[in-house]
Amino acid sequence: MLWEALTLQAGYNAALVAVGAGLLGTAAGAAGTFLFLRKRALVSDAISHATLPGVALAFMVMVAFGGDGRWLPGLLLGSALSAGLGLLAVQWISDRTRLNEDAAIGAILSSFFGLGVVLLTVIQTMSSGRQAGIEDFLLGATAGMLMSEATTIAVGGGLAVAATLLLRRPMTVVAFDPGYAAASGIDVRRIDLATMALVLAVTIIGLKVVGLILIVALLIIPPVAARFWSERAGHVATIAGVIGGVSGYLGAAISASAPDLPTGPIVVLVAFAVFCLSLAFAPGRGVLAAFLRHRRFQRRVHLRQGLLALAQGQPVLERYTLRLLARAGLARGDGVPTEAGRAQAARALRDEARWSEARKLHAHETAAGRYDGLTPIEAVLTPDEIRELDRRIGAPHAVTP
Amino acid sequence: MSDFVVLSLVPMGIGAFAAVACALPGNFLILRRQALIGDAISHVVLPGIVAAFLVTGTVAALPMLAGAAGAAVVAVLLIEAIRRLGRIEPGAAMGVVFTAMFAGGVLLLERSDTSSVHLDVEHALYGNLESLIWLDATGWSSLLDSEALVGLPPELLRTAVACGAMILFVALLWRPLKISTFDEGYARSLGVRTVPLGLALVVAAAVAAVAAFDAVGSILVIAMFICPPATARLMTNRLERQVLLSAVIAAVAALAGYVFAGYGPLWLGRADAVSAAGMIATISGLMLGVACVAAPHRRRAGEPAAG
Repeated sequence: MLWEALTLQAGYNAALVAVGAGLLGTAAGAAGTFLFLRKRALVSDAISHATLPGVALAFMVMVAFGGDGRWLPGLLLGSALSAGLGLLAVQWISDRTRLNEDAAIGAILSSFFGLGVVLLTVIQTMSSGRQAGIEDFLLGATAGMLMSEATTIAVGGGLAVAATLLLRRPMTVVAFDPGYAAASGIDVRRIDLATMALVLAVTIIGLKVVGLILIVALLIIPPVAARFWSERAGHVATIAGVIGGVSGYLGAAISASAPDLPTGPIVVLVAFAVFCLSLAFAPGRGVLAAFLRHRRFQRRVHLRQGLLALAQGQPVLERYTLRLLARAGLARGDGVPTEAGRAQAARALRDEARWSEARKLHAHETAAGRYDGLTPIEAVLTPDEIRELDRRIGAPHAVTP
Repeated sequence: MSDFVVLSLVPMGIGAFAAVACALPGNFLILRRQALIGDAISHVVLPGIVAAFLVTGTVAALPMLAGAAGAAVVAVLLIEAIRRLGRIEPGAAMGVVFTAMFAGGVLLLERSDTSSVHLDVEHALYGNLESLIWLDATGWSSLLDSEALVGLPPELLRTAVACGAMILFVALLWRPLKISTFDEGYARSLGVRTVPLGLALVVAAAVAAVAAFDAVGSILVIAMFICPPATARLMTNRLERQVLLSAVIAAVAALAGYVFAGYGPLWLGRADAVSAAGMIATISGLMLGVACVAAPHRRRAGEPAAG
């Protein structure tokens, strides 16, 4: 069943929903990256919660004009208007008052959502209109989605992906260095506005699929996960788009494969799983990579200290150091150095002596700042300079067992 | 009038206690730029109560509270871990954790059979303030009648205790809280242990959120963490006054919101009441809106008065 859903064999509607969710995830991941890089990830939370009163009002207006109130484009237009209002309110509060942006976000999301809940209870008591379906916007529902609705989502997702592609250059520059962007002729305010409009569009397209409470997850989790894999903004946005797209597609397919698997939460949990994998295994920034780096560093320090101890004829008592020396063939199990060990120890001692001499001299002040007990001095000074140091220290000593 | 005591007195009391309990720690969260911690905590309460229900099989108060508190602690630890291990900015780390945990809660809820008990997403979001009526009351005299008092909804006592605990927390730790909120370095030089203190503040906020959410719903918890303290912040420059004002504003919003939700539609000629929690959140947002336009200290220090 899952395989059929994955390969788009589980019915035309399910296939359309899966493609739509994939496009939506791609757009959300890419657009969310710029929000994340601008350190404003949670603004999307205010936007998404602020859609609720708009959806409810649009429903009421459409019923008042004699419709059944469930026409998706109308509901989305209403949600866009109130979300836009919420976004402007957040901007205005954080620009014009002493309140910080986080307080503005929290205030707008809770009071707009509160108003939405009030309007929902009004709708529940209305005699006309088919109110079932409005609450689907909270958590998303793809089961029983109309063909026209699925098409709307797929087209909207595609358009958002295209808009992100078009705007990626200026958005990258603004995300990293607003000052430079302004100096090179980019209208920072307008690009910020465009980013926000893109985020708003993604939010609204996603309402029906993942719901307004969880759509922020698609804007935040893929960029955060992608950040582990690259240090380049363009790559992060691309990777985030891929992660978002895979999460959306896979989530919709899994959700279609069995009953009682709501689409929104499944999509979010797939994205979260990708995040966990990235956190653990990404090269460079991942936890495993950091752990290995730490172990490697530890090994180098122990080995170096062990060699210096051998060079000065002191016994090596620390077991980890002994094991490292033995494994590298530099010492026997009881701590007596081998031939190779004696040679390396002498070299280490020599290096240490050169460093301490270099650190006494003003001429090598900058180079001496790089002393960390591990870097060989050859990496910092030229052979001529080292020869000069050696002249001051005197001839090298052999290490005797 | 006895209708009022039976139907409205207790919900109004619960609403006011819950509002004040959340607003008090909210003052410090706002000043420390941690306002959205309240948002995160109130989202992760859902998986906590669902897990508690799955383990115990009941919707009794104590396991629910334990589950919610456990989830809040797990969320705070996870946020901290992701922030440190992944070097991710706190806002994004928070967004990752609370959305994923909320999604997990919804999924658990859909997969488990909760048809026999009152446990659903809507309840966690909006609470059930209106249904907390005092059936044993016959009129105002019931307030002195020990038999009728036994029939009070337990939520009243719980939110009152939470409110008292928050007052005690703020009063006992007033000086260290105040100093470390405004100048962490100075606080440390005075010997205040700022890290445990910051953690204590988050735990206090979690306690308030957990005690309040099942009566008033998580959306109202977020509103009360942020709107009343933010309103008070725009009214005064003194922390003492700000905290007192925020408590008053929270209580006023709760009472006015409840009255508007219950009686407002009647005044407008409609028969049915609207969601009280939603109305209280809306009122607190409106109060903040007015403060943003007109409050005496709405601008940042040093900014020109007009502009």
